[in-house]
Amino acid sequence: MSIFVDKDTRVLVQGITGKEGQFHTRQCVAYGTRVVAGVTPGKAGQDMDGIPVFNTVADAVQKTGADCSLIFVPPAFAADAVMEAADAGIRLVVAITEGIPVLDMLKVKNYIEGKPVRLIGPNCPGIITPGEAKIGIMPASIHKPGGPIGVVSRSGTLTYEVVHQLTKQGIGQTTCIGIGGDPVNGTNFVDCLSAFEQDPATRGVVMVGEIGGNAEETAAEFIKTRMSKPVIGFIAGITAPPGRRMGHAGAIISGGSGTAQAKIEAMKAAGIHVCENLGTLGELCQKVFK
Amino acid sequence: MKIHEYQAKELFKKYKIPIPAGGAAFSVEEARKVAAGLGGWPVVVKAQIHAGGRGKGGGVKLARSADEVNTVAGQILGMTLVTHQTGPEGRMVRKVLVEQGLNIKKELYLSIIPDRASAKIVLMASEAGGMDIEEVAAKTPEKIIKVFVDPLLGLQGYHCRQLAFGLNLPPAAVKSFMPMIQNLYRLFVEYDCSLVEINPLVITAEEAVIALDAKVNLDDNALFRHKDVLEFRDLEEEDPLEVEASKFNLNYINLDGNVGNMVNGAGLAMATMDIIKLAGAEPANFLDVGGGASAEMVENGFRIILSDKNVKGILVNIFGGILRCDTLARGVVEAAAKTGINVPVVVRMEGTNVEEGRRILAESGLNLITAADLKDAAQKVAQIVK
Repeated sequence: MSIFVDKDTRVLVQGITGKEGQFHTRQCVAYGTRVVAGVTPGKAGQDMDGIPVFNTVADAVQKTGADCSLIFVPPAFAADAVMEAADAGIRLVVAITEGIPVLDMLKVKNYIEGKPVRLIGPNCPGIITPGEAKIGIMPASIHKPGGPIGVVSRSGTLTYEVVHQLTKQGIGQTTCIGIGGDPVNGTNFVDCLSAFEQDPATRGVVMVGEIGGNAEETAAEFIKTRMSKPVIGFIAGITAPPGRRMGHAGAIISGGSGTAQAKIEAMKAAGIHVCENLGTLGELCQKVFK
Repeated sequence: MKIHEYQAKELFKKYKIPIPAGGAAFSVEEARKVAAGLGGWPVVVKAQIHAGGRGKGGGVKLARSADEVNTVAGQILGMTLVTHQTGPEGRMVRKVLVEQGLNIKKELYLSIIPDRASAKIVLMASEAGGMDIEEVAAKTPEKIIKVFVDPLLGLQGYHCRQLAFGLNLPPAAVKSFMPMIQNLYRLFVEYDCSLVEINPLVITAEEAVIALDAKVNLDDNALFRHKDVLEFRDLEEEDPLEVEASKFNLNYINLDGNVGNMVNGAGLAMATMDIIKLAGAEPANFLDVGGGASAEMVENGFRIILSDKNVKGILVNIFGGILRCDTLARGVVEAAAKTGINVPVVVRMEGTNVEEGRRILAESGLNLITAADLKDAAQKVAQIVK
């Protein structure tokens, strides 16, 4: 079992003919992901490694029955691409694109609200159900299929580090999701935690947060009141200076809020096993999840 | 991107938001000329730096005559202004804004920001203007009016009325406040601002509503569609190493410690800084070379880290995904060949093409210290700088 994606997920790639789109589509296909279509406006009728390319998402959905879209469209056009996918009846949109203007994302977020679509990202590595489907840019080899642990994170390479440590300890993953490093994103921690709680194959969750915003505090409240499975938490940015954007647009301590310390305290108060030293995360997982 | 008050006021002018008469000056001479053209005393001379709290730090002064303008502009220009936002080292003042003094009856607070939690655009206003709004928010949150605007619908009339009546504006002021707030919202949206703040927004004795201060931050991700404000960037307000790094699309922030570090990915970079600290050392920087870094970017990253004279050791932590370990290794070798690496370097690599990367480094003949994992890496580099 898994959450959000599995071996039956039918993926289309928006921006499939671009450099990144091509490279990562091939990686996803090599992993066994069912990539059924690509969309690049003006290139309908062409194909990429035998995958048919369409002008619009609506065409691609109608012809191929795609239900998930992976987006590699440049930042200036990415918001448009997400809304196009939502309008075409796509159930899951995974937006990899980094650098989308905040006001664009505010519009997208309000536009898709109430529609039967889930957005993961933007500015994220995507989602993988090891052994079944990889819909994103994460290196496949570090994952171990079969569960029983779910991973949810605001970061990319930091997620790889966490997954790598799990796998080295012999602990597999059900599904790993990067929700993205932007201040305004789609799926949040609580959405993922709630899905993991309901997934029978998932026995515990590793949650990776960072400075900025209050998503971790909200997640801690959810875990405290609504979750029975054990959760290990990690927060990056204890040494980050206030007022400076630490790479991710969302990773900034402003007006005294969003500090790592406040998040760690909220997590501890909610009964989350907080990992204070990333170097020892694997060992902590071994202890908590055994 | 941060811009100066006088630049923000240029944008205000464009959007017909009332501001005091005035102009920017880069010398005492210019300041006197601007003051003379205003047609009345007193005038206010305000230091232009990218930090708040200028008044308390002595960067805002009143002048009642041309002589006084000479004196105060002379004091402010060239001073190192220290405020709660500049850090103890302060900021050199290179320009001032000279403005007409006003007959102020009341000071208000007004701002517009994107709210990440609600995904709305939020307008905040308060009668407790002129003060540190974070303090007001913490101590007396009931004194702040918040209006949430759906970005798809935009600002409605009732939003403006909520603000105007919430602020207890006199009737004459309400009339000029309504179009002003509409224009301010338009400016916020049309320029992709991440903050528009007026503190204080003043009501004059004549019941005019005027933006005495102006703070505008722009969303870096949206600058591609606002080429006209790119010239507002003031490189003198930024750290020289950070400016250099930005030329190569490197995400670099200069810090106080002595362990340089180079990492791919912002989250992993923060976590690497944290683990350096846990090992008993202090990070000298944040450097995210990004997902798709080239060998050239890695090489420039090294050059920038090494130009910080405090750096006594470097930790390279790369989790190869899109950025392959062999690309990183080539960048390290290039950097060593071109700039010469004169401090110990600890390298920790995992992920895509890690074997090839390790081979390149091993065969390079460089004196690199390899680490088995993250914990090992942090301990090794902390040992070096002890």
